[in-house]
Amino acid sequence: MKNTSGSVAGGGLKLGVLLMATPLLLWLVLLVILPHLDLLMVSLRERISYGKYAFSFANYIEFFTEPLYWNTYVRTATMSILATALTLVIGFPISYYIAKVMRGRGKSVLFLMCLIPFWVSELVRTFGWMILLRESGVISHFLQWAGLVDGPVEMLYNDVTIMVGLVYTSMLFMVVPLVSVLDSLDDSLIEAGYDLGGNAFTVTRDIVIPHAMPGIASGCIVVFMLTLGNYLTPNLLGGKSSLWFTEQIYTQFITRFNWESGSAFGFLLLVLSSLIVWLGLKLSRQTLSDTVG
Amino acid sequence: MNMVDQFDLECRDVVKTFGQFKAVDKVSLTIPPGSFFSILGPSGCGKTTLLRMLAGFIEPTAGDILIKGKSVLGVAPNRRPVNMVFQHLALFPMMNVAQNVAYGLRRRGVDRATIDKKVAETLARVGLPDSGPKQIHQLSGGQKQRIAIARCLVLEPAVLLLDEPLGALDLKLREHMKVELKQLQHEIGTTFVYITHDQSEALVMSDQVAVMNAGRFEQVGTPQELYYKPDTPFVAGFVGESNRWQGTLETIADGQAIIRLDSGGVIYTDPEQVANISHGVGQRMDVFVRPEAITITAKGQDGPAAAPGVNAMQGRVENLLFNGAASSVQLRETTTGHEMNVALPQTGAFAGLRNGDELDLSWSAGQTKCFAVTKTGAASASASAEAVA
Repeated sequence: MKNTSGSVAGGGLKLGVLLMATPLLLWLVLLVILPHLDLLMVSLRERISYGKYAFSFANYIEFFTEPLYWNTYVRTATMSILATALTLVIGFPISYYIAKVMRGRGKSVLFLMCLIPFWVSELVRTFGWMILLRESGVISHFLQWAGLVDGPVEMLYNDVTIMVGLVYTSMLFMVVPLVSVLDSLDDSLIEAGYDLGGNAFTVTRDIVIPHAMPGIASGCIVVFMLTLGNYLTPNLLGGKSSLWFTEQIYTQFITRFNWESGSAFGFLLLVLSSLIVWLGLKLSRQTLSDTVG
Repeated sequence: MNMVDQFDLECRDVVKTFGQFKAVDKVSLTIPPGSFFSILGPSGCGKTTLLRMLAGFIEPTAGDILIKGKSVLGVAPNRRPVNMVFQHLALFPMMNVAQNVAYGLRRRGVDRATIDKKVAETLARVGLPDSGPKQIHQLSGGQKQRIAIARCLVLEPAVLLLDEPLGALDLKLREHMKVELKQLQHEIGTTFVYITHDQSEALVMSDQVAVMNAGRFEQVGTPQELYYKPDTPFVAGFVGESNRWQGTLETIADGQAIIRLDSGGVIYTDPEQVANISHGVGQRMDVFVRPEAITITAKGQDGPAAAPGVNAMQGRVENLLFNGAASSVQLRETTTGHEMNVALPQTGAFAGLRNGDELDLSWSAGQTKCFAVTKTGAASASASAEAVA
């Protein structure tokens, strides 16, 4: 720290800023940058013999040559995009209702009702779904009791169930940014839209959605990233057939103890999510700073 | 052609209640085509509710609303031939100026070439021909105002509703926009219904003004009628400035009526002012005298007090409120101690007036406006006059 030219005050200011930034810098360097650098290094080496490693693309080549891996990769991405889209489609009317239709007390009650499921852990919530949907579960019993089916019905371990679980888990993260962005929409803009001849569809398309775009983008980014990186929900609700990419990573690290391959997969997942988020922002003509700010 | 067709807009006994509260109470109005009609009233008087019923955002509890002779009850806002300029204008920030103006035409499914032509024409008409590609935030307050009006005018509505659109502008611009709005309305000939709490806006711009209070119309008339011949104490107190007293009608004789004030002293008025008062002598009265109706002379110069039918008082200057042409002086009446507000003549004759100077005050009996005291009228008149002051 050689500050020969700067004044005492200037030096003090710099020190202050440095001290303030220290926790953030430590967090960034130790928990984000270093692990990812290490991940990258590990992913780019090949074990030759005991304790001996060489630089190689073998792990990445393995990923692209093994259909199971990249099929899972594509499937996870597609399912996550679908889950995000579904969450948006369901969450938007809910948010609009909370932000624009409800007034006063009812508004906070509804908002709280969206929040309440998140007071318990994701694990408990997912088990809740399992209690409802499994072969010996509540719905299966009810259907048999009502005489609609002859035997027990298994509703777990298929893609629809995974999707239901993912949408349910993500809903709050879509509703919160949407409610806040819709709250900021002046009611008179909506009224002006109707006054000038618009109907519910055109007012939503031309006024509400363009205004809500930053909220839609930020909600979608959060939900997409959470879904793509979700391990618990696909694993519990989808079982062996879930084929979620995070499970592949888990298997590489824990079951196969193949850290090189696991690192490569982790890195590929990071590339995938960054790429899709970037593409989504481009398509919706939003910038990351708009969305976050 | 029957009678109904003569009006662009007609309300028949329109009532709107919110629970127990009557926001609009049996309001009837008729507006002939091409006129500038203002609804003037203090905040909370129901004028916004009335306007929103005209636009179709609220349905009346009872009564009928007719536009060009056809009832629009149950007709949604997007199907009514009226358009509204909102209080904060509500221009769409996600569209540029041309898209804002084109919005209504696009909703009607007008073809692209016609839209472009009409938008250009309308922008030219409001004096902003080159502003089409601009973003809304690039416009000044006055320009936004004109675009908000253009966005409605392009649809050629039967009636244009304006909800205090000048409220957000600064004083200088507001004065300017008043004149501009009146000119614009005159040029295009569309019927304007303008609501405001600012009497100066209503008086300057309107052909007809309805003064509204507590959900009812107190008086509908030209600005001159409201100012010179108020029907109710509320109108007398709300439109223009007034000195206000309460008193009792003492005698009617020799072509003048005498009212004894509660606070001491008497005031003369025309007998015709009290002719239609049922109780006659002994009736409680509200008395109004405009500051600009009072003539001031230096003390003891000539004796107007001697003349019959002329009110005369003396006062001591308490406060000079110099405001150019609108200057006035606050006085305390010497014998009774009334506080009075008197306009200063603009000749500069009293330029040297100081606090504590004594003045003779006089005004003819005909300038004294009197109303029989009703229980609610007087109270609400003074309350809202304070709110405006």
